[in-house]
Amino acid sequence: MSSEVTDAALVARCRAGDHVAWQELVERFSRYVYAISVQAFRLGHHDAEDVFQEVFARAYQQLHKLRDDDAIRPWLGQLTRRLCIDKLRAAAREAPVEDVDPPGADDTIAELDEAFAVREALDAAPEHCRDVLDRFFCRDESYATIGAELDLPAGTIASRISRCLAGLRKFLEGKKPAPSAV
Amino acid sequence: MSRYDETRIGELLRRLPPAPDAWVRAAQELPLARLGLEDLVRRAEEDVEFRTRLVADLEAALREEGVEPDPELVEALRRRFQQ
Repeated sequence: MSSEVTDAALVARCRAGDHVAWQELVERFSRYVYAISVQAFRLGHHDAEDVFQEVFARAYQQLHKLRDDDAIRPWLGQLTRRLCIDKLRAAAREAPVEDVDPPGADDTIAELDEAFAVREALDAAPEHCRDVLDRFFCRDESYATIGAELDLPAGTIASRISRCLAGLRKFLEGKKPAPSAV
Repeated sequence: MSRYDETRIGELLRRLPPAPDAWVRAAQELPLARLGLEDLVRRAEEDVEFRTRLVADLEAALREEGVEPDPELVEALRRRFQQ
């Protein structure tokens, strides 16, 4: 995903029928939709996949209904939430439970919103930082695996992660990271 | 103290692992499915020779399918076959 194009601009391009923009939109929000279904609502693999596809199918159909193009993320979040609850209600009809909404779902979604902001900051970071931080934190790859992939010693990977995290922290604090620092 | 220290940033990054590739690809291909092009994509995935011919002249292939080859669609398909 790229942070160069704003959410609003991406939505406008999608609405105009730009297929490449749609691919970018799915890429940009796929982690968020996925995380809500499996972390906040604890859906199993198949149910999460159903919700994931339904969210983007409805988004594609109903993009023209979005009043504020900048609000695409909360809109997708609400849609995901609603579809997860529908899924849990359908399951509860077969095996009734008192409350289908898992405890802590709202807190988890708030945490994911914060995670998305950090993710956006990561997208503005230099390519080598994006790559190494994504591999280590998001894809759970070890120093050795990353080192083998990038043809770098594990120690270099560790120090790069440390420097890139410091750069990201500065960025999040409102200071631009010095590219040479990482 | 900053709202974000390095540990917290790491925790938040871990919260958003990638969705399975196949799910993302299927969602990205929704517009192609709407145009009835999913069979074309599937065939191109299964048949290397067909894919080579297709990529060589995507515009003509789309016209054969009765679809107007607008530049965004051609670019979307090109990206898809490069994955």
